Formats: sequence, structure tokens, C-alpha cells
Amino acid sequence: MALVLDEQQAMLQESARNFLADKAPVAHLRKLRDSRDADGFSRDLWKEFAGMGFTGVLVPEEHGGLGLGNVEAGTIMEEIGRNLTPSPFLSTAIVGVSALLCANGERKSELLPKIATGDLLMALAVDERAKHGPRQVALSAKRSGNGFALSGTKTFVVDGHVADLLIVAARTGGAPGETDGLTLFLVDPKTKGLDVERTIMVDSHNAARLTFDNVHVDADAVLGEVDGGWSVLEAVLNVGRGAVAAELVGCGEETFGRTVSYLKERKQFGRAIGEFQALQHRAAHLYSEIEITRAAVLKALQQLDQKPEKAAPFVAIAKARAGKTATLAVQEAVQMHGGIGMTDEIDIGLFMKRVRVAEELFGDANFHADRLARLKQY
Amino acid sequence: MIDLDTFRSETRAWLASNCPPSMRLPLEDDEDRCWGGRNWKFKSDDQKLWLARMAERGWTAPSWPKEYGGGGLSRDEAKVLREEMRAINARSPLDSFGIWMLGPALLKYGTEEQKRKYLPEITRGEIRWCQGYSEPNSGSDLASLQTRAEDQGDHFLVNGQKVWTSYADKADWIFCLVRTDFSAPKHNGISFVLFDMQSPGVSTRPIVLISGKSPFCETFFDGVRVPKENLVGELNKGWDVAKYLLTHEREMISGIGLSAGRPLGHVAADTVGTEDGLLADPLLRAQIAAFDLDAAAFQLALERVGDLAKAKQGHPAMSSMLKYYGAELNKRRHELLMLAGGSDALEWEGERSRGGDRARSWLRTKANSIEGGTSEVQLNIIAKRLLELPGA
Repeated sequence: MALVLDEQQAMLQESARNFLADKAPVAHLRKLRDSRDADGFSRDLWKEFAGMGFTGVLVPEEHGGLGLGNVEAGTIMEEIGRNLTPSPFLSTAIVGVSALLCANGERKSELLPKIATGDLLMALAVDERAKHGPRQVALSAKRSGNGFALSGTKTFVVDGHVADLLIVAARTGGAPGETDGLTLFLVDPKTKGLDVERTIMVDSHNAARLTFDNVHVDADAVLGEVDGGWSVLEAVLNVGRGAVAAELVGCGEETFGRTVSYLKERKQFGRAIGEFQALQHRAAHLYSEIEITRAAVLKALQQLDQKPEKAAPFVAIAKARAGKTATLAVQEAVQMHGGIGMTDEIDIGLFMKRVRVAEELFGDANFHADRLARLKQY
Repeated sequence: MIDLDTFRSETRAWLASNCPPSMRLPLEDDEDRCWGGRNWKFKSDDQKLWLARMAERGWTAPSWPKEYGGGGLSRDEAKVLREEMRAINARSPLDSFGIWMLGPALLKYGTEEQKRKYLPEITRGEIRWCQGYSEPNSGSDLASLQTRAEDQGDHFLVNGQKVWTSYADKADWIFCLVRTDFSAPKHNGISFVLFDMQSPGVSTRPIVLISGKSPFCETFFDGVRVPKENLVGELNKGWDVAKYLLTHEREMISGIGLSAGRPLGHVAADTVGTEDGLLADPLLRAQIAAFDLDAAAFQLALERVGDLAKAKQGHPAMSSMLKYYGAELNKRRHELLMLAGGSDALEWEGERSRGGDRARSWLRTKANSIEGGTSEVQLNIIAKRLLELPGA
């Protein structure tokens, strides 16, 4: 399969590009931040996402969606990255939907159409520590009555404070560090004993900490198999990682484009600073990193669509490269912009903040380098 | 036109019965490569047979037209052939500057007569070419070259000196940049000519490199007569041919960052050992993993740049990006091989180290970011042509 977008994918990207640049450019994020908006995203905009079909991009057609794949979802993520649009697209339309696709038929028919219409928001609660570690899940789910009682904490739950339904990774067996004994639950955030604390993050995007104190869920809240949640969780996380990598490509490329423009505009010593070879070579190096990363990310997304069972190494390469490349892009952007790059007035700093968060999300470059090494058996 | 799946299965079957088993073993060293040419001595009967069989099908130059000895394969078919060869670890039947560099330039700029004369013997490995580009005072500033070719009616008289001519002492013919107009601006007075290295007045002197080996020569021209019909492209327009050829040279060099062989992580395990299946040296392991990420991504970028070209979305200067990145990656790979090898990798002579192979290869890679245009020149090209930065 060629490592370029096909015509339909390119058209979808273009419509996402035009739509987001028009409806939700960086100024949209600034407005939500500066007004200390309670939701941290625009519900009106989310309805428009639904109108465009974006919320249902991964939802099968029989459930009211577009029935497209990760490459298509990735084109939307890239544009979200370009515009720093805060929205529950990742948590709901990508991570939420790919988790629900592993649920039983009844659940799917009930929930997927609601996502497609923009009437249901979801969030995945997996991490409990400051660094990503899905094997380290300790939150306990003990059998109780006709279901389970959940106790423990979750952190860095993206869109956790606005979600209508949470996907919670919990331990029904085994010990932290083991992959056996994990179970996924669908939990109503209003359930008694569950405390949701919105965490204001550096990037002005949404996240929450959750505290579970004997939260009771029925047996039918289990998504997939009891003790067998790992394979679903891994698959869902890989989809999420690929999507975040695509967002990072968008962030990196937008930042780079703005930086190259600045190099052509800004004059010092009587000439454009882009005439200085010290900066030209750094820009040319960064260009190379971005192009190489773009290939890796597209490959991962294609692999998630074509051969998901063999996607893991490609996803690790993509997420690691995307995090590193976007980090380089924002660092070079601030340096090359000089003092103005340090001001809140221009957007470069907002990209730097978002990239730092996206780099942590679902595993940083070191996490994925380690994963690749393990997959290659060394 | 058969469909790709059929082509794949036929190719697989043909390779299975025609690629000799010894041609599926990893290359032990450079001596195992087949370069062909008038004076070539095959290292084994299998090497000779493998070349003959592949040349017969035109598969030493799979995508060249059949009438010039190529395989006439589409881009996709050529890719399938590469994949199927890789799947059985088949060695390249022929390493050739004729195939990698001169051929593409002749296909674009050569006359019909030149194509018929030179291309088929290149594909059969009967002629070995070298490249006369760099001069002592024209390295990165290649267009300043001074080797002169004077018009003598039916021929040019060539005088001057080239340097870093790869395998000039082993080559049969040379493709060479010469100055045919000394009054024009430097890019506009260059011509591209071909001539026999046995012509009177040609001499070579190998240069001993830090690796102890001499893959490069100084090449001297003292009144060499070059027939006019050996001019490729128009007189004084040789720089266009040279640049086109350089993009192919860059692609060739960028591929070396992927040199096959055992994964670095496993090579390192030989010396540092493992604990619970992981390399026992965690910092080395981290460096190797970081390299593997970049190398894997780079391989995908190579593929993507090809796909972009096919979809008419590419840019010729992307070859500079690949050359730059591939060269730096290969240097990094060999630094890691030395780091992993520790003192074992420092042995310079003797059986145990196969004649100091690892150290010599490591030193050889230092040229990767110099030859075919330095890394800095590639970055200049990216800055100018892709980023359109001012004054670049």
C-alpha cells in the first residue's frame, strides 16, 4: 500500500482543514482558556463535528457513522493538531469508539449511534501514576453483589470531567505489572463513590483525576472478558497512540511552517535571519525529521487499519518519533522566534504546551523505544 | 500486463529455483560483492551463475526498458522483486555505478545510439564504470571544476585531474565532468563525457584511507583523446546531467543506512550479555533502541518518497533529505557497533576480527556524509529548494 493519502483521504483532510481553520483556530482555544470555560471545549462546535461526520468517523455505517479507518481519523487529528482545537474527538470518537467496537452487540447498538450524533462523550481511565504504564493498573474491582466494587484512583483521564461514560481499566486478578487479571468496565461518572476532579493542565486542554471509593457497577458493565481486558486495552491504546502521533505531526508541521515564515520576515543585521546558515541548517534538519516522522505515522495508521495484530512496532515507532519530532519543532520555534517566542501573545508557546502533554499521553518516546526494543527481543 | 499477485508468485518461484544457496548468505565482507567488468574475477561459480541468470531476465536493472537490457518492470513490480529478494536474503547480483548512476542519466540525456551501445553491457556486468567528478580544488564547490576538454575537431583533448574516483584503478570506463568553456559562468561551461580508462594518457593512483583500504583514487588525464560522439547531452550543458545523476547517487548512498545484517540489539548481546532477555547494559540498549526507531522511520520515508514521486507529489530535492539522513544514520549505526563491540572491535588484523572488519567499516562510514555532496551541502539544498529560505 502506497505511503501517500488516497484521493478520498486527501479530500477528507482538506475538508477538516478548512472546517477547523474556520471554526476552531488557535484563537478558539485562547477564548476558552481566558474565559475559564467550565467545560473547556465548545459543545456547539462538537455538534458541528457531528454534522461533518467527524464524531462517527470510526463508527460503522450500520450504527450511523462513516465507517472509515485510522488513516481517515488521523487526517482529522492532524488538523486538530494544526489548530490546537480542544475537543473530545480523541477520547470519544477514536478511543471510545474503538473500545466500544469490542463490546457486545447490544451495547454497540445502544452507544455507537449516540457518539455519531454527538450525544455521548467518553473517556478512558487507565493511568494511575505520573508516567504511562497500562500494566501497572492497581485500581481494584472486587466481586460484590451482582457486580463489582471499584476502589482506587486514576489520573490524566483525558476529558474525564465532561465524559458521560467512563472506560475504566481495573484489576480483577493478578498484580500490578502483570497483563492477566485486567478488566475493562463502562462506568457512569455519576455513580455513588466516584469523585471527578477536573485538572487544569498546562495546555488548556481537558483532563481529570478520578477517585473510586467502593463504586458499585453491575456485571454487565464489563467490556469484553473479566480478567481478559489486556488485549482490548492494548488494541485501544494503540489506536489512541496512532491518533496522538497524527496530532503531533500536525502540531509540529504547523509550528515549523510558522517558524520558516518568521525566518523569511524577521530582519536583523540588515537582512532576513533566514539568510544565516546557522539557522538554515537547523531548519533543514527539522524539515527532514518531520518528513521522516510523517512516513512513520502514516504507516502506523495504515497498519492499524490493515493488519492491527501486527501494528504494535509501527505504532511504537510512530508515537516515539512524533513526540520527539514535535518537541524539536516547538523548541526550535521558540528559539528562532527569539523573545517574541516567549510571549503569550503569539501562538508558539501554546504549541509547545500541547506538544508536551501529547508527548506524555499514552507513553512518551522512551516508553515506546523500550517497547520497540522488547518487540525486537533485546 | 499481469497482476501483481501473479507477478509475485512467479517471481518467488523463479528466485527459489534460480538463486544459488550460497548467494543467499550474508555478505562476509566487500570481497563478496560482484562488480563485474572486463577484468572481473568471479569469487565463485555461483556468483557468476547468479549474475548470468539475473542479467538474462534483465533483473540487474529491473526497471530499465527491455530493449536496453533491463527488465521492463513497473515501479510496483520492481518493488515486489526487491521484496522477494529480501525475503530469501538474495545478494545483489551486481553492484554497479553503471546501474545506479550512469544508466539513469543516459536514459534521460543519452542518444539512442549511446543507449544501445552502453546500457546492455552495463546490465550484463561486462563493463565497470567510475565517476570523474571531484577535483583537488573542487569538492563541495563541484561546479568550479577545472579539468579542461579542448575541441580538436573530431575529438576533445582532455587534461586535468580528478580525485576520490571510486575504484578508478578497477574501472573500464569513466563518466567525467570536464570544462569546455572557460569564459562562461562556472555552471554553464561544463560538459559530460564518457571515455575508456585504457585510453592513452589516463593514469590512476590509489589513495590509502584511514580504514587502511583504497577504494578511491587520484585520476590523471594527460592529453586524453575523447571522441566527440562520447559527449552526453549538449555541449556546455553537462551540469544538468551531473545534477540529475547526483540525485541518483544520493539515493544510492541514502540506502546504505539500512545495511542489512543482524539487528544491533543482538550484535550487542554478544559482548554485553542479557538479563531477563534485555541487554545487560541499559544505556547502550537505550541508544540502540533510539537508533532503531530512527532507522525504521527512515526506511518508511524512503518508501514514501518513492510513492510521492509516483503520485506526482514529490520534489527532486527530497533526495537531499534522504542522502543527509541516511548518511548520518549509517555513521551512527557504526558508532554503535563499535560501542557494542568494545575492545573486540578494536582488533585491526587477524582471523578473529576478519582483518579488522568492524573497525575498518566504521572508519569507512565517516565518508558517507562527505561523498556525493556533504551533509552540509544537502542541508543547503533543502534550505534553498524546499524551504525557499532567502540567500540559501
